[in-house]
Amino acid sequence: MLLPAVLLALVFNYLPFAGLAIAFQDFKPWKGLFDNTWVGFDNFSEMFSRPDALQVILNTLVISGLKIVFGLIVPFVFALFLNEVLSRGLQRFIQTLVFLPYFISWVILGGIMIDILSPSGGLLNNALGVFGLKPIFFLGDNNWFQPMLIVTHLWKEFGYSTVIFLAALMGISPQLYEAAEVDGANRVQQVWHITIPGLLAITIVVGVLALSNILNAGFDQIFNLYNPMVYQSGDVIDTFVYRVGLLSGNFGLGTAVGLFKSLVSMILIIGAYKLADRFAHYRIF
Amino acid sequence: MTRYKSPQHRIFCYVNNTLLVLLAVLCLVPMIHILAVSLSSKAAANANLVGLWPVDFTLDSYLKTIGNRNFVDAMITSFLRTGLGTVLGMLLVCLAAYPLSKENKSFRQRGFYSWFFIITMVFSGGLIPSYIVVQKLGLINSLWALILPGIVNTWLIILMMNFFKTIPKELEESAHMDGADPFTVLGRIYLPLALPSVATIALFMMVGHWNSWFDGLIYINDAKGYPLSTLLQTIIVQQDFTKITPDAATMENLSQRAVKASQIFIGAAPILLVYPFLQRYFVKGIVIGAVKE
Repeated sequence: MLLPAVLLALVFNYLPFAGLAIAFQDFKPWKGLFDNTWVGFDNFSEMFSRPDALQVILNTLVISGLKIVFGLIVPFVFALFLNEVLSRGLQRFIQTLVFLPYFISWVILGGIMIDILSPSGGLLNNALGVFGLKPIFFLGDNNWFQPMLIVTHLWKEFGYSTVIFLAALMGISPQLYEAAEVDGANRVQQVWHITIPGLLAITIVVGVLALSNILNAGFDQIFNLYNPMVYQSGDVIDTFVYRVGLLSGNFGLGTAVGLFKSLVSMILIIGAYKLADRFAHYRIF
Repeated sequence: MTRYKSPQHRIFCYVNNTLLVLLAVLCLVPMIHILAVSLSSKAAANANLVGLWPVDFTLDSYLKTIGNRNFVDAMITSFLRTGLGTVLGMLLVCLAAYPLSKENKSFRQRGFYSWFFIITMVFSGGLIPSYIVVQKLGLINSLWALILPGIVNTWLIILMMNFFKTIPKELEESAHMDGADPFTVLGRIYLPLALPSVATIALFMMVGHWNSWFDGLIYINDAKGYPLSTLLQTIIVQQDFTKITPDAATMENLSQRAVKASQIFIGAAPILLVYPFLQRYFVKGIVIGAVKE
């Protein structure tokens, strides 16, 4: 019964491992995999000596890091306040609205954002114009591009984490609140001493798992929002691999950067699951 | 709710409810704006007169979009890959999840196979080696290039496995007693009992297929074979009009904001249609997957 899945995984997930040999070659696609010149770690040293590659790694870490921090704080606070809404119907309604963008692809959301953030007649610049502000080219300005990535990322993703936090909030036993009430704790004290500690475990899980993804700064999003004007602030590892590796045909360098990323990610993911298991008894298998 | 009825608390509730609703509506404003633009006349849209309500209401943009051959072809490709991809993908997920849901005692190599699948989650060959594999298999430009490479999705297998684990063992044991083979057990007992979960995972897959665009971009060289997401990516984001028949009339269509907006909206429409189901099942799904104690 496992056979079909095992075979397909062998071909499409395991066979590419052999292709990693390209990272150590001066690869020319028209030659066979083993007829290319072996260059040892040249591609890796090229990666670490190219100024644009270092910028790319830095961008990846900054963009991802900010996304993780805000992606944790915003849904956490939002879920806390949403939990205070007494009407279940209203609660569900709000949840439905904020969760919607999560399911829509970055192609669509990117198209919408390009229109709205456009310096010539986009909705946001029109609104700013009312206050007498000059139009800003949000997606074409290196000072604005990263903040825009964070904001639009939150727009798409924060509903997802909100649902997770909300589910955890529902799991907190009502008896705890009743007991606190009897002891004379007010609402703020209850949130501080019951709700927030009750969310600690799931916050650790969400945070640690997000941290293991730090090298994925969001290819889909950035690819659909960026342009050559903001490569300096917006180019990340994945977009770099695509442009340098696949588009410009520098297969060796592209694969080397990809392999470097996969290895670091693997260590981070394994570490993250170990931590999540240790501190929150979270296991997937 | 008999707790806290003080006046301060009541004021807090009003303010809190209002702010949250405002914030939630704010999340929808960009989409409402695009919908309004798509329903407005060309002139109004190009002159930036449209806010959140259509100006000079018209369905022109939609008619133009639907009348465009490339757009319709891409839509058909998208439906095909979504349908075929989901059916095959579900078959694979169910077949793989069933044995993995057994205990180590009754399925001795379970540990080995678990690791076999987990490794695909934590380590990948990366973009370029994967591309070369697909190319060497001669799948470039074929619909299979959009379906096969991502078909083994360990995350979904784990979800399905966890659903299967909740089904009581006794049912299976008695079926075995009556001489049922594993396939019958899976098809006649597990799948019917896990139907809500099967629906959840099928919805995940459908959304994934409908939304994915990058595979179309790299594995399909001819714009005629693009799925809709990829086509939209090239004409809306990359603004590359060469992918669409470059006659004068089409060019004029494409330079319009309203037409673009209608394309964006049609691209999102299937997701919006299944969203109510999606949300309900999805919330259940992530609750089981994420807050598992």
